[in-house]
Amino acid sequence: MPVREIADKKVWQRRTTRAQFGTWFGWLLGVAIFVYCWRLISDKTIWFFVADAPKQAADMAQRMVPPKWSYMEVLWAPVWDTVNIATLGTMIAIVIAVPVAFCAARNTTPSVHFVRPVALFIIVSSRSINSLIWALMLVTLIGPGVLAGVIAIGLRSIGFCAKLLYEAIEEIDQSQVEAVIATGAARSQQLSFGIVPQIMPAFAGISVFRWDINIRESTVLGLVGAGGIGLQLDASISTLAWTQVSLILLVILATVIVSEWVSAHIRHAII
Amino acid sequence: MLRIENLEKQYKTGDHALKNVNLVVPKGQVMALIGPSGAGKSTLIRCVNRLVEPTSGRIFLGDLELAHLGSTELRRARTRMGMIFQEYALVERLSVMENVLSGRLGYVGFWRSFFRKFPQSDIDEAFNLLERVGLEHMADKRADELSGGQRQRVGICRALIQNPDLLLVDEPTASLDPKTSRQIMRLICELCDERQLAAIINIHDVLLAQMFARRIVGLQLGSIVYDGPPENLNPEVLTQIYGEEDWEATIEKVKEEDEELDTAALLNIAKVSPPS
Repeated sequence: MPVREIADKKVWQRRTTRAQFGTWFGWLLGVAIFVYCWRLISDKTIWFFVADAPKQAADMAQRMVPPKWSYMEVLWAPVWDTVNIATLGTMIAIVIAVPVAFCAARNTTPSVHFVRPVALFIIVSSRSINSLIWALMLVTLIGPGVLAGVIAIGLRSIGFCAKLLYEAIEEIDQSQVEAVIATGAARSQQLSFGIVPQIMPAFAGISVFRWDINIRESTVLGLVGAGGIGLQLDASISTLAWTQVSLILLVILATVIVSEWVSAHIRHAII
Repeated sequence: MLRIENLEKQYKTGDHALKNVNLVVPKGQVMALIGPSGAGKSTLIRCVNRLVEPTSGRIFLGDLELAHLGSTELRRARTRMGMIFQEYALVERLSVMENVLSGRLGYVGFWRSFFRKFPQSDIDEAFNLLERVGLEHMADKRADELSGGQRQRVGICRALIQNPDLLLVDEPTASLDPKTSRQIMRLICELCDERQLAAIINIHDVLLAQMFARRIVGLQLGSIVYDGPPENLNPEVLTQIYGEEDWEATIEKVKEEDEELDTAALLNIAKVSPPS
């Protein structure tokens, strides 16, 4: 008990003496582990290279400027591909994620014991694999190109969208649904009148947010041959064409800024 | 109209919410169900339209036994019972009109309701009801833009457009100010009168119950302990329902207000004015 009586007065402390020692010991342990890990990493680092890094970076930066602006002619098509991969992938993901989310939400699932675990498994397996790894597998399955990228982005996004959406479904105000049930509405009508209006803002927000993330993710998919601007990045790095690399990085930066701007405005308009 | 026989409800948590409840509500009667929180008032009316599944007992709406209906028949039966909720329970992001029309969901098919293609007769009726409660100019507003009293009026319209035989009203005034509470109660009672509806009104405000209902049923720990006219509510009865307390003031006040109300009726100000 944090309240003790000392000489007829009640003394309150945040923690008991034991809890206080426990907390202190916890911090001690944390700091000790941190110092130990620091030493391990330090031992395995070749400090000569690290010391050299500023010089190397300056050297690389020097070779990167000025960006080779004329290379832009080649980049327009891959940039367009990148945006398309993100957009189409997000659309595929949403179409699949919506039913999965309704199956996963405790209050709408047709069966808590059979359908819900399957839906949750779909969500977890989609989320646990990075889109770059999905792309790597899909390139070997269906060959290199934009299609592999679209599917990779789609597969990765299903879990993200479905998870956030099913959490939104579980957090709805049940009394509004009860009111619709009480009118004698069928299950499909309960869904479209009682639940869908309540999750629309979440749905719109999630979709736009995921599209925004996918623009960024699709810029690297080309590294494994799944189309988009990453393909050019990979080629430029391996031929040591640093002025092209710097231009590509600038283009990626610009694309991401534009997508941030667009998604912020869409979200603002909907909610 | 409504007949409840030996109704029992025991929740999974073990709470024995209703104990052998027997109750008959004839056509056109407005009945107030009073009792302390946790007495089982909500459970009782939710058992009637089976938002809560009764443990045992029988419930008749007319000749139809409700407690054991399959899902399709239950939906059809629910269209005959309008429900009005404590926190209005409007679908906040839908318009007033959509909320009112949602009372017709039991009558129209899924695709018609999905594309909001309700029959013109339903739309006419929705406008009539909105006009009756003084909200015809609000039809296009979103439900979350309305004040509490206005929302509850929309809730009333949604229940009435079902063309029900019975109204189940769950604490209609619990989140409203005293004046709006009376307006809402008066409106519900008038509409029940006009349409010869039976109604069960859950209400924890004894004063309001006495003012508006012709029959009071007191529920205490899941059992009916009083059933009679509002005049017979004396300190002993109230003590039995709610526990020991000084009840004289409550009863005195009602008598004064009854007189006020009579004067009000003479002046014919019963028509509800929209809240400011």
